[in-house]
Amino acid sequence: MSEPIGPRTMFEKIWSRHRVTEREDGQTLLYVGRHLLHDGGATAFDVLRRRGLKPRAPDRIFATPDHYVSTASRKVEEIEDPRHREMVEKLARNTAEHGIRQFGLGDPNQGIVHVVGPETGLSQPGILLVCGDSHTSTHGALGALAFGIGSTEVAHVLATQTLWQRQPKTMRITVDGTLGPQVTGKDVILAIIARISAAGATEHVIEFAGSAIRGLSMEGRLTLCNMSIEAGGRAGMVAPDETTYAYLAGRAYAPKGAEWDQAVARWRQLPSDEGAVFDTEVTLDGNAIQPMVTWGNSPEDALPIDGVVPDPAAAPDAERREQMERMQAYMGLTPGMPLTDIGIDRVFIGSCTNSRIEDLRAAAAVARGRKVAEGVLAWVVPGSEPVKRQAEAEGLHEVFRTAGFDWREPGCSMCLGTNGDIARPGQRVASTSNRNFMGRQGPGARTHLLSPAMAAAAAVTGRFTDVRRLVGG
Amino acid sequence: MQPFRTVTGIAAPLLRANIDTDMIIPVQRLVGASRDGLGPYGFERFRYLADGSDNPEFPLNRKAFRTAPILLAGENFGCGSSREGAVWTLMGMGLRCVIAPSFGDIFHNNCFQNGLLPVRLPEALIRRIAEAVEASPGNARVTVDLERQEVITPWGEAVPFAVDARKKQAMLEGLDEIALTKQRAEEIAAWQARDRAARPWAWDSVS
Repeated sequence: MSEPIGPRTMFEKIWSRHRVTEREDGQTLLYVGRHLLHDGGATAFDVLRRRGLKPRAPDRIFATPDHYVSTASRKVEEIEDPRHREMVEKLARNTAEHGIRQFGLGDPNQGIVHVVGPETGLSQPGILLVCGDSHTSTHGALGALAFGIGSTEVAHVLATQTLWQRQPKTMRITVDGTLGPQVTGKDVILAIIARISAAGATEHVIEFAGSAIRGLSMEGRLTLCNMSIEAGGRAGMVAPDETTYAYLAGRAYAPKGAEWDQAVARWRQLPSDEGAVFDTEVTLDGNAIQPMVTWGNSPEDALPIDGVVPDPAAAPDAERREQMERMQAYMGLTPGMPLTDIGIDRVFIGSCTNSRIEDLRAAAAVARGRKVAEGVLAWVVPGSEPVKRQAEAEGLHEVFRTAGFDWREPGCSMCLGTNGDIARPGQRVASTSNRNFMGRQGPGARTHLLSPAMAAAAAVTGRFTDVRRLVGG
Repeated sequence: MQPFRTVTGIAAPLLRANIDTDMIIPVQRLVGASRDGLGPYGFERFRYLADGSDNPEFPLNRKAFRTAPILLAGENFGCGSSREGAVWTLMGMGLRCVIAPSFGDIFHNNCFQNGLLPVRLPEALIRRIAEAVEASPGNARVTVDLERQEVITPWGEAVPFAVDARKKQAMLEGLDEIALTKQRAEEIAAWQARDRAARPWAWDSVS
């Protein structure tokens, strides 16, 4: 297919670069530059085994166990549930059999797959990256085209290093202005989803733009892109810039020497051209975004911390009214209740959304000199071994422990509870993760999403609290 | 993959928006489970009461809809996780087709990989079908014909729907996508050679 003439979006540049062939019906065969695996992907290897196939490009594939690992221990044999242990062991066996690099338990780079990719330099601008996990959009923060796929597609990528896809539409979300004190990438993405809805970006790839986005650190951008899927997006991206290059320079799998210079020169051509047309444009005022908290069972159910639980009677239609009533019954909330009156039972600081060093620093700044409120169980789960080492080198683990937080080992943990880290029925969790679906953190668990600093503020006060009242700017 | 050509039967209405993959099947149920045994756990948080008995309020528990092969759903159906267990669960419940205004993108792809047909129709039309089904529970029939790319409503109207030709062909014939792609090995190798020349760092820096 001939290239479109005229200005192109960053997405279009990366898509066309990876196009192997295109059919008349618009289905495109794309070459996958980087394929990441985690311990939930055994089914795909079973498919290959049944077919007598081997991975086409094992040097393009990298793996780490995260979903099923214990956050209480680093020893595989100490994973209590034999089904969980088997998932971790299967990944080790499958990767060893096929010569795939695994950052396994005990490896200094092990961690959550979407933390490991960026911090090792495997995620880079301009590449096409896939993983059998919906939050693969995270890696778009570096200017990659990254998206999640199902296990059958994982098998297809293993066998062929390619994937059939239809070209999605494009959406640019521009957030201009300056974010206020304690307003983070998490608050920005929750504000975006509250605005456009959980289905607002369905069938689109999002490019985040504007001065407020440019002002985010790499960690903030990773959080932002991580939750693109929660807005319905196929992927989320931020154009690479000096922040990106500074973050990547010197990382293990980043280009070195003359190749680094070549790469950066090429990466500078990636940002969307002036005048490039997007299918959908959305704008937000960054100055107006406040620290956010969710109240319902979809990330779109988010409000500024000074808000109140909404009244279903004010819903635009009967269906939404019923949905709100169902959610409020499940969440144990009543209309008109100030968010700051809602008490909590548990705090989870972690997940591929918010478990990087900047996230832990922000939470520690709130925890320092304070104590976890009586009756609250609070966990901090670093996103990777390097994050854990860095945090410990800075003494953050002692800040957390002194305040009464549990300092855990890296893994997905309570984000989805596949490893057994779950809340009890009816417990209310202040969580830095990405989904507040019914029962996601355990049957009957009530999840509220918020930033790490806001989660720490909830931990030390026992309820949702405007973190700005505790630490100011 | 199980081929799909046409299905005629009851369409069960579940018109809630944002039905996520965790609602379809809790992740804890997928650990170590076989793909064939998931049907009983579909929508379990809504489908069963605390004592394990059927929840009479849940639409799919109504006698008329228990064996429905078609599900009528709300917008953003299947949002959330990439886990294919959600698709396996729906198929385990006897469903072969889900009709919704929009789908979670990964779920939509996963449906085609497993023989569950996702059909996008306008929300207003889905509501009309649901009303017709509710007006004559157990009697009103819907036909989904993939060959002709049509949904035949209970009142006999043939409504077209869109589907990619490649996905349609694969569904109709139950084709193996890996084998089809492997036939393009030369094209893939040619792409690799071109890209290695253009972006050597993208190849040298990974091994």
